[in-house]
Amino acid sequence: MAPYSGHLLTLILFLPTLAALLLLFFPARWASFFRWAALIASLVPFLLTLSLWLQFVPDQTGFQFVEKVDWYAALRSTYVVGVDGISLPMIILTTLLIPLAILASFSIKERVKAFMILFLLLETGMLGVFMTLDLLMFFVFWEVGLVPMYFLIAQWGSSNRNYASLKFILYTMGGSLGLLLAIQMIGVVTGTFDMQTLFQTWPTAKVTFLGLGTPTIKAIAFWAFVVAFAIKVPIWPFHTWLPDAHTEAPTGGSMILAGVLLKLGAYGFLRLVLPLYPVESARYAGILAGLAVAAIILGALAAWGQTDFKRLVAYSSINHMGFVVLGIAAAAWAANLKDTTTAAIAVNGAVLQMFNHGLSAAGMFFLVGVIYERTHTRNLTEYGGLYARLPIYGSILVFTALGSLGLPGLGGFVSEFLVVRGAWPVFSFATGLAMIGLFFTGAYVLKALKQVLHGPVNKHWQGNIAEINLREIVVIAPLMVLMLVIGLWPTFLLDMINRAAMLWY
Amino acid sequence: MQFPLLSVIIFIPLLAGLAILLFPAERREWIRGTALGAASLTILLSFILYLSYDSPVAGYQFVEELPWVPSLGISYHMGVDGISVPLVLLAGIVLFCGVLISWNVEERPREFFAFLLFLATSVFGVFCSLDLFQLFFFFELAVFPKYLMIINWGYPKTREYGGMKLTLYLFIGSMISLLGALAIYFGSGAHTFDLMALEKAGFSIEFQRMWFPVVFFGFAVLGGIFPFHSWAPDGHVAAPTAISMILAGVEMKVGAFAALRVAIMLLPQGAQYWAWLILGLGTVNVVYGALIAMVQTDFKYVIGFSSVSHMGLVLIGFATLSKEGLLGAGMQMFSHGVMTALFFSIVGMVYDRAHTRDIPKLGGLFQKMPWAAIGFIVGGLVSMGMPGFSGFVAEFPVFMGAWRAAPWVAIIAILGILITAAYIFLVIRRVFFGETPSELLRVEDITVMDKIAIGLLVATMVGLGVFPSLLSTMVQTGVNHVLSLLGGA
Amino acid sequence: MSGDNTNMILAILPEISLLVLTAVVMVLDLVWCSERRRLLGWITAAGALVIIGVSVAFSRPVNGPVLIWGGMLRFDDSTFIFRMIFLAGAALTALFASETENLTHHGEFYALMLVSTLGMDLMASAADLIMLYLAVETTSIALYVMAGFFTHDQKSVESGLKYILFGAMTSAVMLYGFSLLYGFTGTTQIYQLGNLLLTGKVPLFAQVMAIMLVLVGFGFKISAVPFHFWAPDVYEGSPTPVAGFLSTTSKAAGFAVLLRVMIAMFPPQAVSPSPSQAFTVIVATLAVVSMFVGNLLALAQRNIKRLLAYSSIAQAGYILIGVAANSALGTSSAVYYLMAYLLTNLAAFGIVTIVGKTVGSDELSAYAGLSRRSPGLALALLVCLLSLGGIPPFAGFFAKVWVFGAAVQSGLVWLALLGFINSMIALYYYLVVLKVVYLYRSEEDSKPVAMPVTWKVALIVCIAGVVVLGTIFSPWYGAASSAAAALF
Repeated sequence: MAPYSGHLLTLILFLPTLAALLLLFFPARWASFFRWAALIASLVPFLLTLSLWLQFVPDQTGFQFVEKVDWYAALRSTYVVGVDGISLPMIILTTLLIPLAILASFSIKERVKAFMILFLLLETGMLGVFMTLDLLMFFVFWEVGLVPMYFLIAQWGSSNRNYASLKFILYTMGGSLGLLLAIQMIGVVTGTFDMQTLFQTWPTAKVTFLGLGTPTIKAIAFWAFVVAFAIKVPIWPFHTWLPDAHTEAPTGGSMILAGVLLKLGAYGFLRLVLPLYPVESARYAGILAGLAVAAIILGALAAWGQTDFKRLVAYSSINHMGFVVLGIAAAAWAANLKDTTTAAIAVNGAVLQMFNHGLSAAGMFFLVGVIYERTHTRNLTEYGGLYARLPIYGSILVFTALGSLGLPGLGGFVSEFLVVRGAWPVFSFATGLAMIGLFFTGAYVLKALKQVLHGPVNKHWQGNIAEINLREIVVIAPLMVLMLVIGLWPTFLLDMINRAAMLWY
Repeated sequence: MQFPLLSVIIFIPLLAGLAILLFPAERREWIRGTALGAASLTILLSFILYLSYDSPVAGYQFVEELPWVPSLGISYHMGVDGISVPLVLLAGIVLFCGVLISWNVEERPREFFAFLLFLATSVFGVFCSLDLFQLFFFFELAVFPKYLMIINWGYPKTREYGGMKLTLYLFIGSMISLLGALAIYFGSGAHTFDLMALEKAGFSIEFQRMWFPVVFFGFAVLGGIFPFHSWAPDGHVAAPTAISMILAGVEMKVGAFAALRVAIMLLPQGAQYWAWLILGLGTVNVVYGALIAMVQTDFKYVIGFSSVSHMGLVLIGFATLSKEGLLGAGMQMFSHGVMTALFFSIVGMVYDRAHTRDIPKLGGLFQKMPWAAIGFIVGGLVSMGMPGFSGFVAEFPVFMGAWRAAPWVAIIAILGILITAAYIFLVIRRVFFGETPSELLRVEDITVMDKIAIGLLVATMVGLGVFPSLLSTMVQTGVNHVLSLLGGA
Repeated sequence: MSGDNTNMILAILPEISLLVLTAVVMVLDLVWCSERRRLLGWITAAGALVIIGVSVAFSRPVNGPVLIWGGMLRFDDSTFIFRMIFLAGAALTALFASETENLTHHGEFYALMLVSTLGMDLMASAADLIMLYLAVETTSIALYVMAGFFTHDQKSVESGLKYILFGAMTSAVMLYGFSLLYGFTGTTQIYQLGNLLLTGKVPLFAQVMAIMLVLVGFGFKISAVPFHFWAPDVYEGSPTPVAGFLSTTSKAAGFAVLLRVMIAMFPPQAVSPSPSQAFTVIVATLAVVSMFVGNLLALAQRNIKRLLAYSSIAQAGYILIGVAANSALGTSSAVYYLMAYLLTNLAAFGIVTIVGKTVGSDELSAYAGLSRRSPGLALALLVCLLSLGGIPPFAGFFAKVWVFGAAVQSGLVWLALLGFINSMIALYYYLVVLKVVYLYRSEEDSKPVAMPVTWKVALIVCIAGVVVLGTIFSPWYGAASSAAAALF
């Protein structure tokens, strides 16, 4: 049992890669073999994650299931992984969404082998970010996840994919340059990359370069980290890569992009920015909150103005992630004021919102994909009255959309409520504005639903449009169930997050 | 009596080359077989060397010493340390792949493989030399194989110009270093060329400050330092594929390595005095090389300039004179060597089939040669320093070293990564994806030999990227020695 | 007394043997019929080898340098080593000359060559100005005739005439210089001269004048600039083996004389201004001019014999750098250079002979496709040209490194730098020749080049020698050092 339980995280992390390497050796013609093999291969990490969850001890401080091995000894960087209440939900989210996205991608016809292999490699990249406790390895996994996504968009995407994929990768890599420089500097100054050590030593470390004093250098490093993560989240105004990338990506790709990749950025804030730069985070939290609100409002307004269904959902991601950032900013500010309750609530909200948005965004993109495969258009004006033709699809769409909207009883409500509850005491004005944003969120969701499902039936679709099939229902069902459960009984997840947050502060 | 592993590695290619020259020109099987046999044996032995080098013990190992001209203090003195062992391995790998890539050479294969093997002997000789005269002996040995191979088997339109430019440029560079080396010999008062003895010689500060630039820049010309780099793009592009691989992949490292071994290690205070200049020029290499690569329309010129850019990182690593910087430089020499060998080999494969290197005329080649495309993509990821590959584990410490020595350098040079990413993705897309032009519809896939070469090079880069300790521990020991020489300031 | 006499005779036993050999060759030439006379080349070569053996066995100085024959000759290691160089050159030239039409069957040719060699031996060992002059004339007159040997060929005759005129003129100037020296010091014995000059009784101005005049003659012999004008034309016009002999052995003799005379008369002195400093400056200047003129003019040549001629001028320049260093290292490296250069240039001219005979032209363009017609010959040419360029693993590399090294040691770093620059210029035109040989094609690609045995033997010996001297330095360098040591 020891090799299994002693290396649970490593198994989860590298099984997808191993599977990908094995798949390399099979002939590319066997398309359906690759689909099923990839699906099964991705279910294994999910099951292992469930087992991990069951063994996780919520009340314990620090990280659990820690494994440590020397990696780049000459630079004092180690392969060290571990989970706590913040990262475990993310891991669950990832290992859940990947199989679903693979299942959703069963309709891909060309070069299935390459697609599946890239997908599995992508999973390792993202899981690595969530699991690692070494700053250099964080960067490694951070970047590694970009490449499979680039190829997924560039090869299997829609008409504008070349531009979108290149913009995606160059924008993100460019943003990470600052992060890279800051990590290098931290390594040089402190002599280690181990996060747990750095959490203790870095906030009080003295560092001078080029004649600039510690506060200045730390502020620059802070912003370097922030920019890199802000691009990923994305925070307004660093968001312009997102609509193109999400829209042009294939369905499975969009699900993962919106469902997991954006969370990497937010996770970066929680895991790195807040603990390493408590002072600077507090000082600039106001700016972050302001940007978050801008994302909420402008994202919603932009979504309302779209005629492309997928683009609308993309902008809705910006809108929802704004809440995450608001929660993080509030937590930073409150922690500085030693108001640990508020901080904990805000963090709870942020993390739960990350999880919820993962579910709802993946769901929404999937459903857009479903309708696109049947109608070959994403133009909202070309739909109309589809509820009559596709009642099951229609109901599912309504459910998911309302979940994304934050209807009470579904998960989104809980997380948004927590964020607002946490932010209100510290950023009242911003929170107020965010409420206006919520109003617009409702507006665009209902408008989209109306254009797709209601109104007179578009003659074009009469009689030649297929209902949602079993496979597709299997994809969306777990998401819907989870959304409902979280809405009705959030504790099962919130408990774990909450204790982590409490222990943190 | 220890087995003279280093001498065997150095002289097997020479002997094989001489044997090949004796074969009748029509016996292609004998010629190719001998060449492959020699290359296989060499790579095997260099791998054994790599495995047998004792990192905890460190220092110079596998030392062989025989008097050569005692009255002048010249001896036949071979030995390797933690920095040269990876380079020997690199040379073995690139030679082996070069032979595989050149398997189907039509034109005078006998002379081709013979000269290729002579070039290999020269390279191995420099890496293993512990006697300064001997180092030059092997260094200059490469002149005539390089020249003859470029002008005879290179790209017909530019080979005469490219070959002559490269040869003369490198010759004058090495002559300048030779001048410096003679000054060191006479200035040390020890009447010996033994590098180990010269390390301890203790030259005066004025002597070091005056002679360091002479020795360093002479060798750094071969390393491609700005502004003495212009031989590289023309020479590399004009050369036949296997020679481009060896030139960019190994020869440039010979220059950098000699700069380290002779200039930095023997004249450490001089290095400290001039480090700022090398840092600046190296930074120019990185950014300027990347920018020029971006605007090229000739596929091979893109790679040629990218080599100039990446060698800049090696030079920066040296000039930081720090633990991480030197470690990174050592790793980058290996990583870039493998990467650029891969690049040039794939460019060669494309050119052999498409008969053009003009990027606008290429496209959709992923369909026709998927292995080559994947190989190029991996190489591209290495070149932009993508983690998970050897480029990252090499570049990261270089930047750490830059932080110690001159933070501005780190901030400016990191732009090189972004520019590289941009042009690499663009080139990949234009050459390998997109529509296939009508002229290329009948293009064939690459041969088995080609695939083996690509596989070996890719595996090396991925392996090192995932397990940097495969080399970093060893290189670290060599770096420690260099630091001890520097620390005596 | 008689022991002394015996020793003195033994000391010049090689010279005596040369006379004997000459006589033998002339007799055989008279006696033998035409076909048999083809063997004369072998006989000469074999004879020269025998004399080398004689020299090693009987004529080796054991107790250090000794003045013999009333101070006319100095018997030392320098004599010994240079003698071997000349004999080797003669033997190889004899082999190259056989199978050449109009030379082979003429015993006089070989006889003249042997006489010339004899003169060179005496040049190398001369310790008295009169003896020196006699030796120089002996050598030169034989060479004048050899240069014009092809009486039916206008170019050859012209070159011989040019050679005589130029040689006579420079000889006269040299003699004037000798007379100046005698006038100021009262002795013609070189070593006594040296001592007298050291005492400072002779004004510096006179010494410098004397050096310059004497250098005219020596410079002519070594074809240094500005006394080089005869070289390209003479090399081009004369029979190719003769050109080879001229460019190597005769030049070596010139250097032997230069070294001995200059070191004896102007040893390095610390006090300044000193004649040795003047000597260094003058010789360094000669070296620089020779290198530049030789290399730059070679760049423009289309005829390979002329190209080699100018290259030889430049090579003389490199050797002069070693001389200018005026140190033990400089002299040793110069002697080593001469050894390497002898083998290399003889082989080069030998190849030119062969190709000239087959293709009928000495133009550079005639060498196109040589690598396909005769890969071995092309490789031999490659070895020669690269050795001349100073590339390892050939002899020229070691030689150049140490000639320049000697300059660095003596503080003449600028001179070494100029030497390096010139090496690069020279490499350019050597590589151009190689390019023509290896890259360019001609219609005659498939026609192999016929090579008689003598040439093969000679060529193999030369090439092997170049490689051996280029890798196993120690014995040869030891010989060169002992020669150098003997001069100081």
